[in-house]
Amino acid sequence: MRSRVNDFAIKLANVNGTGSASANGLIMQAIFRMGVPVSGKNLFPSNIQGLPTWYEIRVNHNGYTARALDYDLIVAMNAQTYKRDVQEVRSGGYMLYDSSWPLDESLNREDIHFIGIPLAQMCNENFKEPRERILMKNIATAGALIELLGIDAAVVAQLVEEKYGRKKALRESNQKALKLGADYVREHYTCPLEFHLETMHANDDKILIDGNTATALGCVYGGATVAAWYPITPATSVMDGFKEFCEQYRKDPETGANNFAILQAEDELAAIGMVIGASWNGARAFTSTAGPGVSLMNELLGLAYYAEIPAVVVDVQRVGPSTGMPTRTQQGDILECAYASHGDTKHILLIPANPSECFEFAPKCLDLAEQFQTPVFLMSDLDIGMNDWVTPKLTWDDNYRPNRGKVLTSEQLDAAKNFYRYLPEEGTAVPFRTLPGVNAKGAFFTRGSGHNKYGVYTEMPDEYQEVMDRLLLKHKEAAAYVPEPIIQKRDGARVGVITIGGCDPAVREALDILADMGRPMDFMRIRAFPFHQNVLDFLAEHDYCYVVEQNRDGQLCTMLTIETPVSKDKIRPVLIYSGFPLSAKNVIDVITSKVEELDAIYR
Amino acid sequence: MPSIVKPKVAHPSLVRNELGLTIRDYEGSMSTLCAGCGHDSITAAITRALFELSTPPHMLAKLSGIGCSSKTPTYFVGGAHGFNSAHGRMPAIATGASAANRTLTYLGVSGDGDSLSIGLGHLCHAIRRNLNMLYIIENNGVYGLTKGQFSAASDVGSRSKKGESNKMTPIDPVQLALSLGATFVARSFSGDKAQLVPILKAGLAHRGFAIVDVISPCVTFNDHEGSTKSYKSTRGRYNVATESDFVPHASEIVAEIGGVGQTNVTMHDGSVLRFTRLPENYDVTNRQAALDYLKAHQGEVVTGVLFADESVPEMHEMNNTPAVPLGSLPFEKLCPGSAELAKLMEDFR
Ligand SMILES: Cc1ncc(C[n+]2csc(CCOP(=O)(O)OP(=O)(O)O)c2C)c(N)n1
Ligand code: SF4
Ligand SMILES: [Mg+2]
Repeated sequence: MRSRVNDFAIKLANVNGTGSASANGLIMQAIFRMGVPVSGKNLFPSNIQGLPTWYEIRVNHNGYTARALDYDLIVAMNAQTYKRDVQEVRSGGYMLYDSSWPLDESLNREDIHFIGIPLAQMCNENFKEPRERILMKNIATAGALIELLGIDAAVVAQLVEEKYGRKKALRESNQKALKLGADYVREHYTCPLEFHLETMHANDDKILIDGNTATALGCVYGGATVAAWYPITPATSVMDGFKEFCEQYRKDPETGANNFAILQAEDELAAIGMVIGASWNGARAFTSTAGPGVSLMNELLGLAYYAEIPAVVVDVQRVGPSTGMPTRTQQGDILECAYASHGDTKHILLIPANPSECFEFAPKCLDLAEQFQTPVFLMSDLDIGMNDWVTPKLTWDDNYRPNRGKVLTSEQLDAAKNFYRYLPEEGTAVPFRTLPGVNAKGAFFTRGSGHNKYGVYTEMPDEYQEVMDRLLLKHKEAAAYVPEPIIQKRDGARVGVITIGGCDPAVREALDILADMGRPMDFMRIRAFPFHQNVLDFLAEHDYCYVVEQNRDGQLCTMLTIETPVSKDKIRPVLIYSGFPLSAKNVIDVITSKVEELDAIYR
Repeated sequence: MPSIVKPKVAHPSLVRNELGLTIRDYEGSMSTLCAGCGHDSITAAITRALFELSTPPHMLAKLSGIGCSSKTPTYFVGGAHGFNSAHGRMPAIATGASAANRTLTYLGVSGDGDSLSIGLGHLCHAIRRNLNMLYIIENNGVYGLTKGQFSAASDVGSRSKKGESNKMTPIDPVQLALSLGATFVARSFSGDKAQLVPILKAGLAHRGFAIVDVISPCVTFNDHEGSTKSYKSTRGRYNVATESDFVPHASEIVAEIGGVGQTNVTMHDGSVLRFTRLPENYDVTNRQAALDYLKAHQGEVVTGVLFADESVPEMHEMNNTPAVPLGSLPFEKLCPGSAELAKLMEDFR
């Protein structure tokens, strides 16, 4: 039997709007503080109160933190999903339920253990207010879990102290509820269970942070001064974070002024318009949105592309099409963003896999947008953006200076014979631009209508085409400046597995398991479009490649086949797109279903 | 290069403004609009207003949407940056531009299609933000560039060139702006330069959003019998509600201000909008008075500065942005640095 210390997964099923988030967070943070690798996935509904919500916690001493599909313990607190939840407990696992009422006979399973705690009854006896009774039920559950899972009680006490230090009443109710749950299980069950926690030191240099917060911080560090947005799940917390950090770091100590402007726009058409206006005028600007917002932004993204104006769009992807499932995750906007807008357009995409990369790529997006005078997308998603990830502490290089791109100064303009907006120097496809308010000699009439390389209106076929061809070259030129793919090779591998973004931990885990099964495969996580040369090399080096992504149509596969020389029959899509974060099991199931093909290669 | 570049010869006898520039320095490239188009007259008035205000050309930002009207920013102040953006989106682009750099003078040119249909939402919100700009609607009651469809400004009963009659009620930008809380609202006529130039100057000096609806007949698609925005119809129903003059800051005539029967509005920069004639009991700082006057004169083309309020904070004042352009702030002021980050990391444990 495998070691059950620091290696298990639990799932808490609740009704949303009942305050379970605070209890979930407490458990997650306590495990983190015990130094054990952990991940928490919040599977929540697009609703304020009354619908099912789940929180999954996986601990793994080896650091595998992708979603687990095999639950050792399920806390079933939602009658609506009871039936389904009970089926998800692994054989021999546990189900924790509220025994204030008898367990429904039909839900019984022979092969699992039941832990009944009279939670409602205990809370009714110990707390007066109806609201408090509901909230403290969650905390009492947490108290039980702390005992059952061997979570360090001192760590929990410290957390409660930090959180409610000054709010005496709240602190005392929390302490009381925790004790109620803990005392009850200690008396009635053997604690801890055979799977439980023990202190490690894996998190000394780590933090617990969500991707949206990290993105916001990256935008502050990268020097963004104008942010325009329209509220949308799962992107809203990017702007919440940006605002908070700006209030903290961007109040001018001398003038007291806000060294930033946050504009809550009337819609996403306006939000991107504001970003373009601000960038045109020399500020670093960005917007954050999700797929529906990008759909609205399409027209102006084409304007920015064609008129060559920097613009940064943070797309925290959610499940489409249409409104889709706003609180579920997907990688469904890849094609939409890569080719956003009518006519021939191509944009730069940076694709982070975790909060660290969100922080790292945000300034990079601002740099690339100005360097290449074009829209750049940060392709995050709900799983990365809204879940807390254990991540190395973010660090910053104080030598960093923003790359503001080719902008002519007043002196340069005075010295120049003349200025033509779209006429680049030899050896590059990027022309110089000028900013308003600098020098009348740099005055230029920006337009989205046909223009020639001198920046003058045109409808001449050759003049139009010349500019369009240069724009394509400009996009290609960016390939050398975008983050290169992460590649991990294994001895004896002939097949490659390609993935993007938040699929990273699940795919890595799957490849470790496959290697143990005697099927070593090479790994590549693509981090940007245009594709880096290393992406093309990886494709060329392998007999064929699986491409793991979270959408129905294999959007990354499509891009690989149209943007690289790889032949279509060398690409094997592995598409998991139901809206929940990926698990290694999802990946292995698909890959091993093609056993014959694999056997032919690994004979 | 296939652009129509105007020869720029400044005759020595031409008047020079405070910057030593002549009116030629405020011109742009040659218009490609239809001969007689009202929009060209507005361009001439804008040129004159900016020249007289001695606005440094490079400190002007000209923005527009899409339409015949939106083409016109190329026809004035060649030394200013311009942005001919997308249909209806100019207010959003202008908002971002202004957010980035509050030191420029912002002038937006739009059409009735651009502002009252596709871009109506953005216009409303620019008004709410009290965005510091002059916003001109060159209103011909028709979609000029797409050849003569009715616009949202077409009056009920107005006939298109093809003879169809418009049955839907129009959106009046002046009443709309007044009801949304706009801080400077005026209407004029492209054919009345004497009225238009001072209005534009006052609009440029205004602190906040100045909207000027300029009736501007489209000679090609909307200047026939049955059109209520033709030259003839507009002249016939022309009602000069208020007459005003614009007295620049620190100009010599300041002394004359305040004479009997005059009403003055002191603009934010110290210049003065001097009303030489106001209807009886009309208080130009009273929003309701303006709306009441318009109601009492339905069917007429009521012109003049109808409302002005210099007391409302504009977008930058509401946002407490610094005096200098945000894009020009040194990076050291923007990036908290590694030590702060290390400290912050403790909050995420
Ligand atoms: C998204 C979009 N839809 C439609 C058009 C086509 N279009 C160009 S100008 C215009 C109407 C312009 O009318 P108005 O703003 O009144 O300007 P005018 O030409 O009358 O001065 C339309 C519908 C466009 N350019 N973009
Ligand atoms: S079509 Fe009408 S609005 Fe357009 S340029 Fe000609 S006259 Fe002016
Ligand atoms: Mg029109």
